[in-house]
Amino acid sequence: MAHGAAAGHGAHAHGEHDPHPTGWKRWVYSTNHKDIGTMYIVLSMIAALLGGLMSWYIRLELAEPGIQFIEDTQFYNVLVTAHGFLMVFFVVMPAMIGGFGNWFVPLMVGAPDMAFPRMNNISFWLTAAGLVLLVMSAFVGGGPGTGWTVYPPLSSIAYHPDAAVDFGILALHVAGAGSILGAINFIVTILNMRSPGMTMHRMPLFAWSILITAFLLLLALPVLAGALTMLLTDRNFGTHFYDPAGGGDPLLWQHLFWFFGHPEVYIIILPAFGIVSQLVSTFSRKPVFGYLGMAYAMSAIGVVGFIVWAHHMYTTGLGVNARAYFTTATLIIAVPTGIKIFSWLATMWDGSIDFKAPMLYAIGFIFLFVVGGVTGVALANAGIDFALHDTYYVVAHFHYVMAIAAIFAMFGGYYYWVGKMTGRQYNEGLAKAQFWLFFIGVNLLFFPQHFLGLAGMPRRIPDYPDVYAGWNMVSSFGALLTMLGTFMFYFIVFHTMRSGKPAEANPWGEGATTLEWTVASPAPFHTHEVQPVISAGDHGHGGHGHGAHPRPAE
Amino acid sequence: MTTRILRSLIGGSLTGVGAVVAAGAAHASGMATPWQINLQDAASPVMERVHGFHNMLLVIQISIVVLVLGVLAYIIVRFNSKRNPDPSRTAHNTLLEIVWTAVPIVILVIIAIPSLKLLYYSDRAQDPDMTLKVTAHQWYWSYTYPDHGDFAFDSLPVAAEVLEAGQPRLLTVDNPIVLPIDTTVQVLVTTDDVIHNFAVPSLGLKTDATPGRVNETWVRISKEGTYYGMCSELCGVNHYYMPIQVKAVSKEQFAAWTQEAKEKFAARPAPAVAAAPAQSIQ
Repeated sequence: MAHGAAAGHGAHAHGEHDPHPTGWKRWVYSTNHKDIGTMYIVLSMIAALLGGLMSWYIRLELAEPGIQFIEDTQFYNVLVTAHGFLMVFFVVMPAMIGGFGNWFVPLMVGAPDMAFPRMNNISFWLTAAGLVLLVMSAFVGGGPGTGWTVYPPLSSIAYHPDAAVDFGILALHVAGAGSILGAINFIVTILNMRSPGMTMHRMPLFAWSILITAFLLLLALPVLAGALTMLLTDRNFGTHFYDPAGGGDPLLWQHLFWFFGHPEVYIIILPAFGIVSQLVSTFSRKPVFGYLGMAYAMSAIGVVGFIVWAHHMYTTGLGVNARAYFTTATLIIAVPTGIKIFSWLATMWDGSIDFKAPMLYAIGFIFLFVVGGVTGVALANAGIDFALHDTYYVVAHFHYVMAIAAIFAMFGGYYYWVGKMTGRQYNEGLAKAQFWLFFIGVNLLFFPQHFLGLAGMPRRIPDYPDVYAGWNMVSSFGALLTMLGTFMFYFIVFHTMRSGKPAEANPWGEGATTLEWTVASPAPFHTHEVQPVISAGDHGHGGHGHGAHPRPAE
Repeated sequence: MTTRILRSLIGGSLTGVGAVVAAGAAHASGMATPWQINLQDAASPVMERVHGFHNMLLVIQISIVVLVLGVLAYIIVRFNSKRNPDPSRTAHNTLLEIVWTAVPIVILVIIAIPSLKLLYYSDRAQDPDMTLKVTAHQWYWSYTYPDHGDFAFDSLPVAAEVLEAGQPRLLTVDNPIVLPIDTTVQVLVTTDDVIHNFAVPSLGLKTDATPGRVNETWVRISKEGTYYGMCSELCGVNHYYMPIQVKAVSKEQFAAWTQEAKEKFAARPAPAVAAAPAQSIQ
């Protein structure tokens, strides 16, 4: 499939001569999807350092029973809260959707840029403003010690009397508005700006994943925004949406929050599915197995994700028939996620697998997702949930299936695309060592938490009964390795920028068939001088993204 | 502190395996043991069924993980670029895709049937013999016995410095709940401030205490002993320090205790407010 590199040639011979603003104006005023994507990734790396340092401080406190470091337990709760907010809203979402999405969706579908470049700029700066507000919230009064779920009445004015929670609410409002605008941008770009021949059913799965994620954002975030607004008026203007004394109900918040919150976890993991599909296909040198099944499995996960929210609320006194429904609906999610796992395995089957660092991360992702997935099958059952709800079992489950899995996809995506983004290739040996350090670290960190949870250790506590000491120590040791692995990643980023070898247009060979590999590395400021036209592949099964043949229009 | 950790690490590694097999044989099984890797021992019919269901789930979970990782390992060994330089171009197999959609559905049905049975069984008590009312506060519990003279008392955590030998830290309270064994107890849970959660793992109890609501659950304790739990919903600065302790006694002992308790707690003034070692938010 050597046509890939050759085909793109003519399209951007002039890339170097693109006029564009320089200095700070290039970034602050940017309307370029690549520059904005880069800014999102930088933002994510800053937030990840903050959120990571918080989690390592938490694990340091939890290494031994008793309170050693965090005397002020309100501060402990603030750390737990901020860690969650940062990682969800300011690490994973910016990196995957804002970062890789901005960079590679236009490239993959053959669009010159995003549909609304100026809106793209405001999306980013709203997210950045949200991050600033969130960091400030920790320094206002006692900080928000509510957990990322912000349940009233703990989050009400009576129990958090200073403005910390208001800062947190506004942080999410602002970042949420940015995400909604970004979602609209992605939907319009993908639906309207595909190159001729790039039909929906030829579109790479990463673009599919971002499209579905954008729809989830568009439908879920307004619900959060409404719920947050009601909390804000409850706190400041004397309304009683969540206060039973005035006819409100704290459970209203929980329903609204989780109606957003459950799709939110798919917002985090769907782009990871997309990235992993690209990685598995590229490094197995095979088209994605069951491409249509994969695309529609993601769509199904997106749809079902909206009708399972109350499985986060099994112990709230929900009626037994409602719990039976939510149990059944939640179990159904295992079917499309199973299809994804089996399709990745089938893609690798009879492939010619090259175990480069991105592929190691893709395989690591599959491992984590399977382990986290089977504990999800347990947690789906309301009948057993009261043994597991609010214990470390849940912590282990969602870190495996969502948090660390997403980080694996991000690391894999970084190594996969860094050459395209910076023009410099990472060092393979360093990256592989970083993978193994991180992989062993996170498993040592989170696997023992299943045991702690089954044995009944609650979440969100700075001190625990002495019987839980053993596995907590193991877990904290894992956190230490994870920290070293993370720092090593930052070093590799630095090393790649400083002394990475120049990247070829396509460093991955014939397995990499998506359009971004047909343009030079780094991708020119303006990608397409001439619109590419995509025709169906010549392998008989083509027409599914990986069989697509890009060539410049006549 | 370090020596304690070392001791628990060494002691734990010796007893860890034994604990899984024979936990509860020695003394009251109402709390976890060092290096425990599974659920706490069951002391109520609900928790016994949870154990049964979880054991079934565990078999399914481990089978799926082993199957997937086995296939993954085979792929890594067999289809790496050295051993398999020419990749196939196969991207479809309708039969295979139908099978891997249908088989999980069958497994889910196998899970769902006992799951829903357990759910409906655990929901609420049939013909309860008595009622216990639980009220949560920041950061202690109070308990009312409406069927035995309607007496009520507060249950405050005991500070680590004044614990007696054998009393576990962060789990011991001054006035534990006392309940008779082999008696179906309806438990009503509410709160007078933020959301808390009334949880005792070995009894299969975990119910939110939500403002404006009274939630119902139930327990029938099968063995005498002491059972421990902790608040299981983030409720503020002392969330970690809000233990629940249940003392299960024979019916006779319980009858005697209620007589004593009626006098003891009737003499008390209305429940003290926030006597827990609270730290202010600021």
